[in-house]
Amino acid sequence: MTTLLKAQGISRSFGGLKALNDCNLEVEKGSITGLIGPNGSGKTTLFNVITGYVKPDAGTVTFEDDDITGFEPDKVFARGIGRTFQLTRIFGRMTVLENMLVAIQHDEGWLKGLARSKSSKVEVDNAMEWLDFVGITRLAELDAGSLSYGQRKLLELAYVLVASPDVILLDEPAGGVNLTLINQIADKIRTLNAQGKTFLIVEHNMEFVMNLCDSVTVMNQGSNLVTGKPADVRSNPLVLDAYLGGDDDEEIEVVAHG
Amino acid sequence: MFEKKNLWWLLGAAVLAVFPLIVTNPADTSIAVFTLLFMACATSWNMFSGYSGYIALGSSVFYGCGAYTMALVSIHAHMAPGAAMFWLVPLAGLVAMLVALPIGWMALRVRRHTFVVITIAIFFIFQLAAINFNFTGGTSGLALPFIQWGFSYYNVPFYYVALGLVIFITFVSAGVRRSRFGLQLLAIRDDEDRALGLGVKVTAVKIAGFTMSAFTIGMAGAVYAMFVGQIYPQFVFDPVFDISVALMAFLGGLGTLAGPLLGALILESSQQYLTVSFSNGSLYLILFGSLFLIVIMFMPRGIVPFFTDRTKRSAALKVAEANNQLAGAGAGSAQS
Repeated sequence: MTTLLKAQGISRSFGGLKALNDCNLEVEKGSITGLIGPNGSGKTTLFNVITGYVKPDAGTVTFEDDDITGFEPDKVFARGIGRTFQLTRIFGRMTVLENMLVAIQHDEGWLKGLARSKSSKVEVDNAMEWLDFVGITRLAELDAGSLSYGQRKLLELAYVLVASPDVILLDEPAGGVNLTLINQIADKIRTLNAQGKTFLIVEHNMEFVMNLCDSVTVMNQGSNLVTGKPADVRSNPLVLDAYLGGDDDEEIEVVAHG
Repeated sequence: MFEKKNLWWLLGAAVLAVFPLIVTNPADTSIAVFTLLFMACATSWNMFSGYSGYIALGSSVFYGCGAYTMALVSIHAHMAPGAAMFWLVPLAGLVAMLVALPIGWMALRVRRHTFVVITIAIFFIFQLAAINFNFTGGTSGLALPFIQWGFSYYNVPFYYVALGLVIFITFVSAGVRRSRFGLQLLAIRDDEDRALGLGVKVTAVKIAGFTMSAFTIGMAGAVYAMFVGQIYPQFVFDPVFDISVALMAFLGGLGTLAGPLLGALILESSQQYLTVSFSNGSLYLILFGSLFLIVIMFMPRGIVPFFTDRTKRSAALKVAEANNQLAGAGAGSAQS
């Protein structure tokens, strides 16, 4: 297996807080990689660094052997890395279909964008296919703002997919949604993974992560603690310490960096 | 595709086209010229600020630059007073765009409220510059070549040129709304960071939209300068203009096509009419105050959305229906 996405030695501070401290992460091509860790361990910051929303103080992000460190978010997306947000972000005053059309990629300037219609038939068909995939086709003409929370999660997944990225970063896809929908989302991820899409998933729902992921990386206090198969990670004492609060922090530091 | 909606547009255009043939009183047609100029400006303003959510309160910078371009070029080129001066109108628009480019490049680095404040600041820089520079004539302004058209005829050419501007910008604004570019402006309005993360080149789109909106406002300023024959810095770089175009768009419906047209039609014509007929320059403020209270209380999104939303009632029912069908995908809070 080859490494598709790699973050090496990433550090990032916000004021005095070291949100990321020499953090490393590798995502294998075609895998579903889980990223877990206690609140405030730097998972979302790492996502932001990879997708260009936050510039790292140190370290490099490579994608398919290209250095993409410090790329703007639009460049990162064009390169083939799509993401969703923990707090779902959609375009509320546009229709669901228009939301989809925004994400369709065109390597063109604004002048060309001005001269062409917002959608061709092919693009609409493509968008509708993905809406059908997540099961919200019937909502296509409604304002996205009128969708329920779960439907918004599905829409966000759909419009990231419409640009056919190689790797998809999901920030808490199961957060705040009911069990039926969690299973539905897990099924979609499996289907897409079978078609060759790579996933990196931040999630607090352990059952979701353990059932879905090929590999799990655990983060604690801004760095990667352990990486391994879900079953191994689950029984690792360091992980239990990180989550439940071990009484010997120094030992964790030593082993983690050793 | 011919819809019922298009009939209304055609009807409106027809009424405006024959208006000066029916109403020939120069006092009335003069009001009509000002009203049309504001309709063009409000629509042009809305094409950027309404679509993108970046509320600019310094549009009179472009209006003033257009007016001064018309005045300076016609004076220094010793143009014969008359219809030939209308050829300078597009030039004035281009100058306004040139001015808008660096302003947009600077101001659009910041978001929302900060952007509003910066546009106001830039407006004051331009007003002060026009008052203090020599080539602008300072506080005494500039007198344009005096056009000796007959009293009853004078307003008519200006009326049709202004109407031309309104039709032009309405088509441009409608075109933008239907283009991919317009879609990206709307995406920026709803969530700029998300749009950026979906590959939208937000900076280029914002600057392009801002600059394009300056074109028609600059042209309107040029027509204004030619119409009144004498310009003063405080009347072409006018804070009331800045606020008026924004209020017109808000009244009619921000981000809609017909909204700014309707808002400008109501506000500018009633203001001019009240001022002229009661020779009281402040009376319109009372009317405006009550009008805005009514709109804010009963139709907070503006006149046009208020009525289109009513026709969309059935759509709202569809939402409820669809939500019921998708009950399984509803908002749960179960998280283990």
